[in-house]
Amino acid sequence: MPDNTSPDGTKKPAGPPGAKKPAGPPGARKPTMPPGTKPPTGPSGGDGADGLTRKDFASDQDVRWCPGCGDYAILATVQRLMPELDVPKENIVFLSGIGCSGRFPYYMDTYGFHSIHGRAPAFATGLKSSRPELDVWVVTGDGDALSIGGNHLIHVLRRNVDLQILLFNNQIYGLTKGQYSPTSEQGKITKSTPYGSIDHPFNPVAVALGADASFVARTMDRDPKHLKATMKRAHDHRGAALVEIYQNCNIFNDGAFFDFTERATKAKAALFLEDGAPLTYDNGTRGVRLEGLQLKPIELTNGRWSVDDCLVYDETSQEMAQLVGRMYWQEDLPRPFGVIYREERATYDELLHTQIGGLVERRGTGDLATLFHDADTWDIS
Amino acid sequence: MPDATSSPPVETLTEATILFAGDSGDGMQLTGTQFTQAAAHARNDLATLPDYPAEIRAPAGTTYGVSAFQLRFGSGEIRTPGDEVDLLVAMNPAALKVHLHRVREGGALIVNANSFTERDLELAELEQNPLESGLLEGYQVFEVELTRLTQEALEHTDLSRTTVGRTKNMFALGLALWLYSRPLEPTQQWLQQKFADEPEIRDANLHVLSKGYHYGETTDAFVVRYDVAAADLAPGTYRSIRGAQAIALGLVAASKQSGLPLFYGSYPITPASDLLHELSRYKHFGVMTFQAEDEIAAAGAAVGASFGGALGVCATSGPGVALKTETIGLGVMTELPLVIIDMQRGGPSTGLPTKTEQSDLLQAVYGRNGEAPLPVLAASSPADCFDTIYEACRIATRYMTPVIFLADGYLGNGSEPWRIPDVADLPAFDVSFATTPTASNGQNDFLPYARDPDTLARPWAKPGTKGLEHRIGGLEKAHETGNVSYDPANHQRMVKLRAEKVQRVTDMMPPTPVYGDPDGALLVIGWGSTRGAIEAAVDRVRASDARVGHVHLRHVHPFPADLGPILRRFDKILVPELNNGQLIRLLRDQFTRSMTPLNKIQGQPFHAQEVEAALREALVSTPA
Repeated sequence: MPDNTSPDGTKKPAGPPGAKKPAGPPGARKPTMPPGTKPPTGPSGGDGADGLTRKDFASDQDVRWCPGCGDYAILATVQRLMPELDVPKENIVFLSGIGCSGRFPYYMDTYGFHSIHGRAPAFATGLKSSRPELDVWVVTGDGDALSIGGNHLIHVLRRNVDLQILLFNNQIYGLTKGQYSPTSEQGKITKSTPYGSIDHPFNPVAVALGADASFVARTMDRDPKHLKATMKRAHDHRGAALVEIYQNCNIFNDGAFFDFTERATKAKAALFLEDGAPLTYDNGTRGVRLEGLQLKPIELTNGRWSVDDCLVYDETSQEMAQLVGRMYWQEDLPRPFGVIYREERATYDELLHTQIGGLVERRGTGDLATLFHDADTWDIS
Repeated sequence: MPDATSSPPVETLTEATILFAGDSGDGMQLTGTQFTQAAAHARNDLATLPDYPAEIRAPAGTTYGVSAFQLRFGSGEIRTPGDEVDLLVAMNPAALKVHLHRVREGGALIVNANSFTERDLELAELEQNPLESGLLEGYQVFEVELTRLTQEALEHTDLSRTTVGRTKNMFALGLALWLYSRPLEPTQQWLQQKFADEPEIRDANLHVLSKGYHYGETTDAFVVRYDVAAADLAPGTYRSIRGAQAIALGLVAASKQSGLPLFYGSYPITPASDLLHELSRYKHFGVMTFQAEDEIAAAGAAVGASFGGALGVCATSGPGVALKTETIGLGVMTELPLVIIDMQRGGPSTGLPTKTEQSDLLQAVYGRNGEAPLPVLAASSPADCFDTIYEACRIATRYMTPVIFLADGYLGNGSEPWRIPDVADLPAFDVSFATTPTASNGQNDFLPYARDPDTLARPWAKPGTKGLEHRIGGLEKAHETGNVSYDPANHQRMVKLRAEKVQRVTDMMPPTPVYGDPDGALLVIGWGSTRGAIEAAVDRVRASDARVGHVHLRHVHPFPADLGPILRRFDKILVPELNNGQLIRLLRDQFTRSMTPLNKIQGQPFHAQEVEAALREALVSTPA
């Protein structure tokens, strides 16, 4: 894969200086290993706060996803990412809902909470609000986040609680053995739709943008480098970061994303966004141009168009995000991957504690006896 | 206070019950609350009962738009807001129509004579004017032109007709305060503060209030005026408190005394929203209030906060508890502290949102999938809400369990004098978190489901504690390790352990007090907001030489360990409840005794005389 199609994992996100979490001095991080090298295995290789490695983040529980499941790659990538985050291990918490993705916390040797169907964002909101110093990750699936938990997803995004949401989208209900999901394509034949699904599907990216998410990205299980880099950027973002991860369910929906993930078709079908770079794909031979309010694919090799005609992406532009986020099941346009939108705005947890802190400063720390007597009182002797 | 030389003679009463009734826009709740403050200021014991429609502004003048506030105050112990009303202040025909039947024979009516036009009568669906039809014979009727007198009082101002109209409740209040010789000062102070930024409105209200007071003096309509002496309450500093306020203060006290930050998740629902309003004012106590997107998220966020080491609390009403059910079950499985406040209201479904009922008891005790026991507590009066919610928080953290606290709209909105406790006298509330790995397995592992031998509680290990990283969740847990387990024997063991843990809450219950006789012919067992009516009824029956005892359960699940022996000391058992028989089912499940139910399911509290009648009947009936 050409380097320019996948952001370098070590690259700092472009954006204002305040855009990142305070996570050590700039340049303190070691470069990520080139593809194919082994993950860091010791203090010299890991650059986590305590010299931890991937193995330190694996719990003693047997991983019980189906052999060949895309979840394995995601788990491995998360475990590789953790030592690089400069977050004390004990401050990391993974919360999940129900579904195959829901088992994720059991396999991480961090604090974890396997909650109930669709509700992980609610649990995470309570946890992060009351313990803002914790590093909170929500792991969810397409059914969990977008069907039963749709309400919580949109509200955690609009509130901008400072956490990361990893949405494993496999376009199927796996744990209940193969019913269509809210992201399954119309016409989908499944156990519950033998004559084809008549439901119009959600585009998770568009849902997140509609909910005013402050960070929206898409990546895939079969590109660990891009996966890790995207998660890293989500983590660097202050606020609710939604990462849609295309994840293959090899049992009930095998190959749902192969157009985007497999060597033969990936270049033509997937467009990897980079902030400040023109929208090109297919190894730079094609691009995407803005015509009026429409995005159009253009050939860059026939002399008619050049890379200068391509739309230059600005990940902080809500308008571009709306256009590009809507590149979805349009046959002539590629599917965008990478950071689709990023916006700096105050987080819920920060606002909550700023408000509390301000009131404590103004009124003094509450005193119980004063509170009890804060009314018309009378004495009886 | 105005010079009272021209006043009629004053008759001293031991108690009085007043009902203010009008349109929901007439400010009746405010009028009642201000009269309450005045009675408290005069050191009366008191009890109040607001009764308002579900609609915020139902069409003016209609019977379903009537909002009322009942208040009973006296020099003796006041246990209920009163069965019969001595004075009804009716702002319009609809209010008179709805509430006349509650006025005792010979009772007084103050009616706004200006609001009995044909149109008003039509809106109230009255064919004849009750002021002329003879309907009010047998009552002392005082027709007062409240609207006109208020307008005249404010003639000198530039205030709009609407604004002037809004102050007529102050005229009625001033008159009622004069009639019962209660002080004006508390209301005057309140108006000064409330309208500090709107001097015109402030002055108009103050003026109308005193005009109402003076009207009583100058009109010759009232031949007698009343006084109610101060009550003989236990020494201490008192304030008037509503149940919702008491719950809020109890939660803040629990947070402060335990050192646990309070996280309160809530979704607006009648009649629990008041709690959210109260608590959101206490941010300087570090209180985090979270108005969630729905009932489920409110509970989920509270559990999430609890996982993080906060005191997670959520409040709702019956329909909201139904929605929170799965989350509460998760709390049972993950064994995290969580306090769920259920301000009960008439059900099922949306039911009677603003009316009181005790019909969520079985939902609280049993309403979850699987074997999911948890402690259930119920408060018995507005002031008792403070002690009971504090106790609920102690149990939740000590036993690492969700706890349901039951109150109702009657308790939440009702008020009574509260003897303010000394902070140092509050029960000890110590909470400790796990800080080191559990060594019992010989390894340096943390066992999140190892149990305290006394309470069977598991350790509470907060994220952020090094070395104690662990996972919890809704799947069945292996004993001690907390790993996911499908082992059949383990499941049975864990179900039994969770049940036994809840049962052990009885260890921290004090001996159950028996009101009245410690043994005898009849035991009355009640719970929740019916306490006042039951005690009043027991007093009356005991006055005629019957040996009657009364147990009022704060702990409705599990029952106190000494309840069985108490039951055996009585011949008969009566169980009054504002439902179709729920506590009686729990009692029958545990005790093989014949018991008689007394059920009222009308969205209204018991009258003491209803309970008294049932007691007398039970005493003479032959045991089944």
